[in-house]
Amino acid sequence: MNLHEYQGKEILASFGVRIQRGIVAHNAQEAVTAAKQLTAETGTGWHVIKAQIHAGGRGKGGGVKLAKNLQEVEEIAENIIGMNLITPQTSKEGKKVHQVLVAEDVYYPGDSETSEFYMSVLLNRGKGRNMIMYSTEGGMDIEEVAEKTPHLIFTEEVDPSIGLMPFQARRVAFNLGLSGGAFKEMVKFVTALYSAYINSDASLFEINPVLKTSDDKIMAVDAKVTLDDNALYRHKDYAEMRDLREENPIEVEAKAVGLNYVDLDGNVGCMVNGAGLAMATMDLIKQAGGDPANFLDVGGTADAKRVETAFRIILKDPNVKAILVNIFGGIVRCDRVAQGIVDAYKNMGDAIQVPIIVRLQGTNAELAKEIIDNSGLEVQSAIEFQEAADKVQAVLS
Amino acid sequence: MSVLVNKDSKIIVQGFTGSEGTFHAEQMIEYGTNVVGGVTPGKGGQEHLGKPVFNTVKEAVDNVGADTSIIFVPPAFAADAIMEAADAGIKVIITITEGIPVADMIKAFDYIKDKNCRLIGPNCPGVITPGEAKVGIMPGFVFKSGGVGIVSKSGTLTYEAADQVVRQGLGITTAIGIGGDPIIGTTTKEAVELLMNDDDTECIVMIGEIGGQLEADAANWVKANGNKKPVVGFIAGETAPKGRTMGHAGAIVGGADDTAEAKKRIMRECGIHVVDSPAEIGKKVAEVLG
Repeated sequence: MNLHEYQGKEILASFGVRIQRGIVAHNAQEAVTAAKQLTAETGTGWHVIKAQIHAGGRGKGGGVKLAKNLQEVEEIAENIIGMNLITPQTSKEGKKVHQVLVAEDVYYPGDSETSEFYMSVLLNRGKGRNMIMYSTEGGMDIEEVAEKTPHLIFTEEVDPSIGLMPFQARRVAFNLGLSGGAFKEMVKFVTALYSAYINSDASLFEINPVLKTSDDKIMAVDAKVTLDDNALYRHKDYAEMRDLREENPIEVEAKAVGLNYVDLDGNVGCMVNGAGLAMATMDLIKQAGGDPANFLDVGGTADAKRVETAFRIILKDPNVKAILVNIFGGIVRCDRVAQGIVDAYKNMGDAIQVPIIVRLQGTNAELAKEIIDNSGLEVQSAIEFQEAADKVQAVLS
Repeated sequence: MSVLVNKDSKIIVQGFTGSEGTFHAEQMIEYGTNVVGGVTPGKGGQEHLGKPVFNTVKEAVDNVGADTSIIFVPPAFAADAIMEAADAGIKVIITITEGIPVADMIKAFDYIKDKNCRLIGPNCPGVITPGEAKVGIMPGFVFKSGGVGIVSKSGTLTYEAADQVVRQGLGITTAIGIGGDPIIGTTTKEAVELLMNDDDTECIVMIGEIGGQLEADAANWVKANGNKKPVVGFIAGETAPKGRTMGHAGAIVGGADDTAEAKKRIMRECGIHVVDSPAEIGKKVAEVLG
């Protein structure tokens, strides 16, 4: 589950990680009130107005702006809230901004120069361990740093039975070229950050930039936090942070009925049991000259009700020109699935206006084909995988 | 010959009396698998499906000589079940459970590292040696005995591949579902290595998907090992968009090297017979076996 910057920062702060402070506002008036309050609490003169959406590169799209007085706070907030923010990570249409974070200005002048670092905590899949990845090149696209200057990226792998060791935290601070007060602050920062990661059951923390202020404080200026969905049962308070407005509405609806659905741009809908077979089916659609409109794993029980729900969800996408159902019946019998499809089709009356190709293989596949073929419905049946692809191709041409 | 499980394996079911455990244990017993009992804490001493129930894995090992375990325990308790099996001396631990928190798996993975056991999964369909032992949730009738080994991250795609192989008049030594999670006990490379060292396996089918480095690692190993047996490969997810999880928690395209194209390129460079269409796996196997 992805979180907004302000939510991620709340979690970090609760574990003692220093953050750039801010207050969420839903309209320009709230933004002005937030700015006043922030000035009273932190003494900041300027404010940074940051759009809160689930996508990176917000600055590039005009979603992060500096306000030097309250009038500018109001104007900028007015402009950003409600806009469709387009960033390198959003679709072409962008994402609607529902709220902004009014944050303190932390780039104030002082005794030393400010500097920006990159830091993330994530799973090293190959090793089965968490690691801290960090770089002196903060504020930049880390993929670009990895490509151009890979020697500027460092990692600390964490032993699961011991946790982050103090010497590792010191090594991070040394590698980032820090000394004196900033060094001590960084050791504290890394230690608290790792503890926050572990205790929140996160699957990704990306702090870019981590800032050394002109008075040698170390803080998270941004926070991308992804939590492990499988562990949310242990964190009811975090589970409530889910912002459904940031997710595809069809995907949300599918999830509510236990279907695993991902919306795609193509013209052939598909309904498959099993994630691997679903991906393979999408690939086959492409090779047959179509484009998959979705990923949909119906799981192990493909009864009439579930099939009907899946059909309705697929058909919400107006681009769908055909639907391919690909079920490999194992424990679930193909004849039952076939009956489910026939019943769902009949229940839906005129709702289905596109050709449907059904490929059922496995337990009682022949019987299933008979049920489909004798149903009198506009449904084409297949048993072989290739046969299904050929039928998709014929329907599209 | 076969790998991991055979007719002599002494198998217990952890989460034996739960609905999933009961259903699949019944299917396994019906297939002829040597299920010697099960474990459900608090129900020790009872009998279930005609087999003894134990409170702990250790008791099952001591009383009925269990050496293999299949886990159907719910996600919140599954990592603990894996550690308990390893601690009790179980040699092959097959974990079907889907949705185990990553943090739990990091701990379990670390704990079993120094134990004398092999973990398969989690989030996998299990392992089958046709005609001998079905230790998983796959439909047994699809798999016929023969000389082709299968390694796959996915359940239904494994059945699909097995079905295609069987339709070519061939059969399977052992099919290993390694699982689709970010952390799994046995990698593609390790599973391929087991089959490469199995005398009866003449050809290996390796099915992967987007995300991670497992298939590339396996391909490089096959090449370094001298391509001793033909390997047929397929990677699902050519059409998957970047950054989205496709059902399996591990199926997410991150960098440039874990796309379907990149994986297939590396596999081809390593001498693996890659098919672009999932419908051609069986045909390709028949072709390379001549």
